[in-house]
Amino acid sequence: MSMRVPDQPTCREIVELVTDYLEGQLPVGERTLFEQHLVYCDWCRVYLEQMRQTIRMAGEVSEESLSPETREELVRLFRGWKGKK
Amino acid sequence: MAGQPHPEETELIVALRQGDEGAFLTVVRRYHAPMVRIARAFVGSDAVAEEVAQESWLAVLEGLAGFEGRSSLRSWMFSIVANRARTRAQREARSVPMSSFGDEDEGPAVDPERFLPPDHPRWPGHWATPPERWADEQLAVHETVELARRAMQALPPAQRQVIVLRDVEGCSSEEVCQALGVSDGNQRVLLHRARSKVRAILEVQLRRTA
Repeated sequence: MSMRVPDQPTCREIVELVTDYLEGQLPVGERTLFEQHLVYCDWCRVYLEQMRQTIRMAGEVSEESLSPETREELVRLFRGWKGKK
Repeated sequence: MAGQPHPEETELIVALRQGDEGAFLTVVRRYHAPMVRIARAFVGSDAVAEEVAQESWLAVLEGLAGFEGRSSLRSWMFSIVANRARTRAQREARSVPMSSFGDEDEGPAVDPERFLPPDHPRWPGHWATPPERWADEQLAVHETVELARRAMQALPPAQRQVIVLRDVEGCSSEEVCQALGVSDGNQRVLLHRARSKVRAILEVQLRRTA
């Protein structure tokens, strides 16, 4: 680790830039500073990894299948619509 | 994640317009659960979310004739369910003044106490209490996914709506902006708050069970 250079982001600033970084919305200059910070800061690398893991966890919240009751109700709704048109 | 729109969509739309029940069941199997989850990000109960999703299916069928394919079928349906759910949520909260972002806090992503103070001689703003790596075994268990689900449900509404569409349903930022009627910048701020809070909740719980 090195001494802080004035225009380098602090860890506290890095955690607020993570989403812009992951979304590819950081201007080139800031992106470079962000990535330079990650090179020497293990903790911010852990933080970034946890944000990625959080996104993956959210993506797994989607397992329930259609219940037979719902399926039947929707088919009824479809037949009703078809009969009217 | 739902990912990109399916390529056979044009055929599906034609079949649906012709009243093909098999085509309807295909889209229902694919999109009913996401529609319920999206509705649930607005309304207060599973039952109401289910009801909103079912009403939305009728609106989808009735709107099919006028659907011009300028967006994907999925984006179009998600917008329908988001709009209906929003209306329903506003009706449910009639007595409370509705401002779409009024309940959103602007707090930092991480508790400021976890960083060294700005006047620290050597490491201002650097971690004082850094995050600890999560174990793969902890992430693999179903309980962690359940934890993430509950954490999202506890978010302020606008944040919850954005994270459900983006990270649960895998919508693009453009789709989210369209469905929720928010700007790209706003969408990103809400997503940032939402993800940061869910991460923080996971951190507390995973440390407890480590």
